[in-house]
Amino acid sequence: MNAPAPILADSPALISTRFTVPGMRCAGCIGKIERELPKVEGIIAARANFSAKRVAIQHDPALDETALTSALLAIGFEAQPVADNPLGVETHERKRLIRALGVAGFGMMNVMLLSVSIWSGADGPTRDLFHWLSALIAMPVIAYSGRPFFASAWMALSHRRTNMDVPISIGVILATALSLYETITGGGHAYFESAVMLLFFLLAGRVLDAVMRDRTRAGIGALLGRMGKSASVIGPDGTTRRVAAAELEPGMLVLVAAGEALAADGAVEDGASAIDNAMLTGESAPEPVAPGAIVHAGAINLSAPLRVRLTAVADDTAIAEIARLMDEAGQSRSHYVRIADRASRLYAPVVHSLAALAFVGWMIAGAGWHQSLTIAIAVLIITCPCAMGLAVPAAQVVASGALLRRGLLVKDGSALERLAECDIALLDKTGTLTLGTPRADIAALGAEARSVALGLAQASRHPLSQGLAAALLHEGVVPAVIDDLREVSGAGLSGRWNGVEVALERPDDAAQSLATRLRIGETAQTIAFADPLRTDAAATLAALRAEGITASILSGDRAAPVEAAARELGLAATAEVSPQAKLAALEALKAQGRRPLMVGDGLNDGPALAAAHASIAPGTASDASQQAADAVFIGEKLMPVALAVRVAKATMRIVRQNFGFSIIYNVLAVPLALLGLVTPLIAAIAMSVSSLVVVANSLRLARATQGTRQ
Amino acid sequence: MTGLAFLIPIAIGMGLLGLAAFLWSLRDGQYEDMDGAASRILIDEEDEL
Repeated sequence: MNAPAPILADSPALISTRFTVPGMRCAGCIGKIERELPKVEGIIAARANFSAKRVAIQHDPALDETALTSALLAIGFEAQPVADNPLGVETHERKRLIRALGVAGFGMMNVMLLSVSIWSGADGPTRDLFHWLSALIAMPVIAYSGRPFFASAWMALSHRRTNMDVPISIGVILATALSLYETITGGGHAYFESAVMLLFFLLAGRVLDAVMRDRTRAGIGALLGRMGKSASVIGPDGTTRRVAAAELEPGMLVLVAAGEALAADGAVEDGASAIDNAMLTGESAPEPVAPGAIVHAGAINLSAPLRVRLTAVADDTAIAEIARLMDEAGQSRSHYVRIADRASRLYAPVVHSLAALAFVGWMIAGAGWHQSLTIAIAVLIITCPCAMGLAVPAAQVVASGALLRRGLLVKDGSALERLAECDIALLDKTGTLTLGTPRADIAALGAEARSVALGLAQASRHPLSQGLAAALLHEGVVPAVIDDLREVSGAGLSGRWNGVEVALERPDDAAQSLATRLRIGETAQTIAFADPLRTDAAATLAALRAEGITASILSGDRAAPVEAAARELGLAATAEVSPQAKLAALEALKAQGRRPLMVGDGLNDGPALAAAHASIAPGTASDASQQAADAVFIGEKLMPVALAVRVAKATMRIVRQNFGFSIIYNVLAVPLALLGLVTPLIAAIAMSVSSLVVVANSLRLARATQGTRQ
Repeated sequence: MTGLAFLIPIAIGMGLLGLAAFLWSLRDGQYEDMDGAASRILIDEEDEL
């Protein structure tokens, strides 16, 4: 490696903190982080993990997370501290599988080396010696590498169920036992290489599966963690201290600064401001609050500090209630049976009865129990779902990798399977069909007005002001100097420009809440805001229709904007739906036998996302929604949603082809095995060829995402 | 046939060596950041020596 990061020996005085840095995109970023951070006093070393978008910083305990975050921000990277290795369990699982795969690979190559000599004609004492050597290598390898399968099969059997691992385990154990018997008695056929090779190919499938899950988890972990998790509690003596959200108690008085997220539910005691409740309701317009108003955890205070008396904390907040709904709704999904297990439910009994029939048949035909058992085992091995074990994960890993490059993170293989089955789509409006941020229409403003508007707007954190400022800055407007600038919550901004009274204020027409009025002296102009539809929303819906999925809008927003969007896109729409009602709508669809796809971003969509047959959330969605969704898409385009459905369907086509191939292969091979014509050589060749064909067929999916490139 | 007495231990020994190297690289964290490793080669050394 060209640029090794300085890793110092752990010294007891240093501590290590880890951050997710989603903005790390190139080699330059790695170099910048690892070179620039140690220049900050107190930071000893920084090490970037590019795949997981994480940075581990070794630093002086005197520096806290806030200082480190701002150090990262100073060199241009937004960062979030991460809890101590929450994903450790999964990484451990993947490493265990990779180790088992390595051991199986070693065993397979060496046993095969010996087996090839036997097939080439070694016999007599040489063959016996080679059998013994194979046994010495294969036994420990099988004991070690087979553990994931044996453990899973035992688990299934002890719950009186069967899964893919049961026939695998029986086949491997029987084949090993018979081969050992053959070796001890000096017989001609040992199946050690088949047993080890079977484990190798199946482990390859499992590793692919685990790698896919880990990769997506890392991507989603990098997006998470933007919620306020502590509050400033005002003590009886007027001093404030930070208290973690979990330790807040009802009755506490907290100070919520402008721009801060509430950590618990409460009632406003003092102050007037506007809050952004988009997290709960999905509504993008800010809501004015005054003393007495009820505010909920997750809402963001926009303009002025508020004193809030807490009424409900931790598990009693409205957010926690929604989280509970999500949890319960998600339960139904765990009953989903993956295609590989569905196949094995049909497959396992057939294989076992065929093997049993072969044994009984040959016994009746007068062959000895030894020959009958050999044939039965040959049947088990040749039908062992080697290609089947690879059929599903190979296709899914290729598909999810291709989708990842197009900006869509799919959480696991089961999500792809469920996406492919969806037949109706429900979309939230704000933040899903639209971008979720108000954009100002500034075409009617003159140069002077623009300059004044920017001077006013850039002083406020109100989303409308920020949207206006962003639009003006985009046009290259230079802000005017405004004196005596004041912000009155719920009313607007006012100030003085060259001695003239200027203001950005609420228009008189209250229904038009997504607008502001610019007043310069006596002249007033209304600036309208729109939350524009994503540019490719119509194209995406057409693409979904082409896949046979009808879409409709299910939104918590007010009826007027929802209807406007619905008219523009030609969709049916339901507005002002509560989170519970969204959940009920999905349950009703499921009860009719439909398989709904839910696309939404707000926390109010959370339960619906969890209950839907499959769900997708944008990368700007609340943390909880991203957790509940099966897939997350990044960027301003909606097309990844349609692409996900198309690729999921293509994946299932490939998976079915893979299964079809496995079945054809079995139809050809099983009669040979039943007739006792399958030697270990034939078993080994057949197994490798079928696995390679399945992998090659799956690789075709890499091209499937390229059709809709725009 | 006496050649086998040498060749087989050598073959298995080399296999074991490869396995040990693989397990070591796994433990050493060389598979932790595959994309990063690919990018790091592009970083210029800036040591003024």
